Amino acid sequence: METKTQPQTMEANTMKKQRMSGSEAVMKSLLHEGVDVLFGYPGGAIMPIYDALYHYQEKLNHILTRHEQGAVHAAQGYARVTGQVGVCFVTSGPGATNAVTGIADAMVDSTPMVVISGQVASPLLGTDAFQETDVVGITQPITKWNYQVKRAEEIPEAIAKAFYIARSGRPGPVLIDITKDAQFAQFDFEYKKVKKVRSYIPKTAVKADKVAEAVRLINLAKKPLALVGQGVVLGGAEKELMAFLEKTGIPAAWTLLGLSAMPSDFEQNVGMLGMHGNYGPNVKTNESDLIIAIGMRFDDRVTGNVQKYAKGAKVVHLEIDPAEINKIIYADVPVVGDVKDSLPMITDMVSKTSHEAWLKEFKACDKIEKQKIIDEQLFPTKAGLTMGEVVRRVTDHYDDNAIMVTDVGQHQMFASRYFKFKQTRSVVTSGGLGTMGFGLPAALGAQLGQPERPVCLFVGDGGFQMTIQELGTIFQTQAPVKIILLNNNFLGMVRQWQEMFFDRRYASTELVNPDFQTITKGYGIACEQVSERDDLDAAVKRMAEHDGAYLLEVKVEKEGNVFPMVTTGASVSEIILE
Amino acid sequence: MKQEFTLSIYSENHVGLLNQVTTVFTRRHINIESLNTSESAIPGIHKFTIVVFTSREQVNKLVLQIEKRIDVIKAYVFTADEIVHQEMALYKVKTETLLNSNEIERLVRQYGARILEVTKEYTVIEKTGHKRETQELFDKLDRFGVQQFVRSGRIAVTKLKDELLSNYLKKLEKEKSLLD
Repeated sequence: METKTQPQTMEANTMKKQRMSGSEAVMKSLLHEGVDVLFGYPGGAIMPIYDALYHYQEKLNHILTRHEQGAVHAAQGYARVTGQVGVCFVTSGPGATNAVTGIADAMVDSTPMVVISGQVASPLLGTDAFQETDVVGITQPITKWNYQVKRAEEIPEAIAKAFYIARSGRPGPVLIDITKDAQFAQFDFEYKKVKKVRSYIPKTAVKADKVAEAVRLINLAKKPLALVGQGVVLGGAEKELMAFLEKTGIPAAWTLLGLSAMPSDFEQNVGMLGMHGNYGPNVKTNESDLIIAIGMRFDDRVTGNVQKYAKGAKVVHLEIDPAEINKIIYADVPVVGDVKDSLPMITDMVSKTSHEAWLKEFKACDKIEKQKIIDEQLFPTKAGLTMGEVVRRVTDHYDDNAIMVTDVGQHQMFASRYFKFKQTRSVVTSGGLGTMGFGLPAALGAQLGQPERPVCLFVGDGGFQMTIQELGTIFQTQAPVKIILLNNNFLGMVRQWQEMFFDRRYASTELVNPDFQTITKGYGIACEQVSERDDLDAAVKRMAEHDGAYLLEVKVEKEGNVFPMVTTGASVSEIILE
Repeated sequence: MKQEFTLSIYSENHVGLLNQVTTVFTRRHINIESLNTSESAIPGIHKFTIVVFTSREQVNKLVLQIEKRIDVIKAYVFTADEIVHQEMALYKVKTETLLNSNEIERLVRQYGARILEVTKEYTVIEKTGHKRETQELFDKLDRFGVQQFVRSGRIAVTKLKDELLSNYLKKLEKEKSLLD
């Protein structure tokens, strides 16, 4: 129904209502929320929105990916390196279902995202119309919040609420499903940012008595160990973390998602936790008398057998999500709140100490790990290239300043163990969900989010082929991503488990691969292949110095294994070195 | 050690909330013994009363996960002795059986039930009480043949002096909201 636009009048209040379509309201709302880059793929049910986007191309840079899964992963990569909300557009039906994997990934890894999906016109809802799916029902368990908009009037508030929820408290993905008729309808637009939702408390004030109790335990502890998780990065609390660690002298180990929250070369950084983490942090956990968990959730990859985890230690748990307290591990002192608030409170009250002798014990473990595992990985004597040595050459070349993006598998573990970090927000990897195919689109998103920093993607031949079509997006955007393809012609991680636990029955793990060089060239991207150690350095240099995207395919040893390893059901102190 | 718990969950009155709440139970494989949902005394706020049989440790975790849903305002857990609760049951019997002896009549009086409707073919009896009582009446009536039987969900109010939700809402309004 068309009505004449109201004539513009000079009014005292600044929030004048403007007449426009739902689609244009989406554009204006996104701009109000500070969006400048978004990813997506058009389709029938979202065409009106794309039509409105056409007039906003200067202000809203839309990146057309080659699959909706790529769009969501790219938005995740963007969000991880910038701290902003990742935004994507997908159409109804298969467009929305293609986005499900990425949305689930963002949910488990607490990445702030707003996904806007087109939906069939409201009279068609529930009629099994063309490209209709119940995306709200499907994504309900994997979104922080979702909502279906059937009237244009609801659009501004829905989007404002979506951004508020996505970025506040423990971040997460939000999906807004907009019917086609709502996209077309005209209404009077007015934007109000959402600052409060009655039924939602993003974070609570840190309780002084809990802080006092935590401080008491920290002061008394003889063998304290700090566990550093993504909460530090999400809260922007890197400085507060360093202040706390430097004052107390406590050794600190990071989780996979906590990587780069502190510098790699920090004296008290004792390495990575987890199934394939470093020897020291895993073994010493069960000797500790106080675990200080900072923005981490005791994921099963980190704890190993929960019955045999840190039994000799009291636990102080600094965490913003109350539901995580006591979920897996009992917290003697839960300190609920944003670590950016709780850490300085603790640092203020805690005594200045050092734990030199305790820290030395970790270094002793490092020596053992170096001798039994690391030296062989980084300085191998045998012919075949190891993944570890490739990773180390790359990070060395960038002087530890590059952003590391990985796909999922053995290469992910090697990269996390051997890449080095000097600044925060330098890691993009799929932790909780372990989504193969995450790497390539995420690297693209990361590069667009941090155009000034080098982005190095480590990906295996398996994961690479899951989202290989995004090479097209990289070509179209000219994003200068450096792709290091670690090719062993195997689904490495699964093969390792088959070797260790299934008597080397390699069922469906050997990959018959195409010529990756030809494919990459077909996508207009520079590339080369290396299989000899002597050629590696020069190749890495060529990749780094090339002005634009580059794929360096490295043929690595076929049956390399990641060690150390905490096997299923084992305690973290039962970590094996070979 | 498992015991019976009654959860009172308050949420915004939006489409799809029931599913959002119940999937929290399904995911943890906790059976819902009884479920009632209706508008609470406060307009715009919906109340769910859910009975489960589980351990204290499990139900505490459950409550926190339920409160994580954006549209859920607050969830409370009570044991049976902390609440005053009722449920309703309807029993349909053949009127012929009712008239044949005075047994059914006697049971109705004994259990404080009432006759809701009488027709030539059937009579509907209604009883309000605890599950144990409605179950007992059913077992006794079934000796004569109960044609249809239905039990409602449990509804409950707390024995506490304070009204938890109203206090909570007032606290929310007074407290300075933490802007992120």
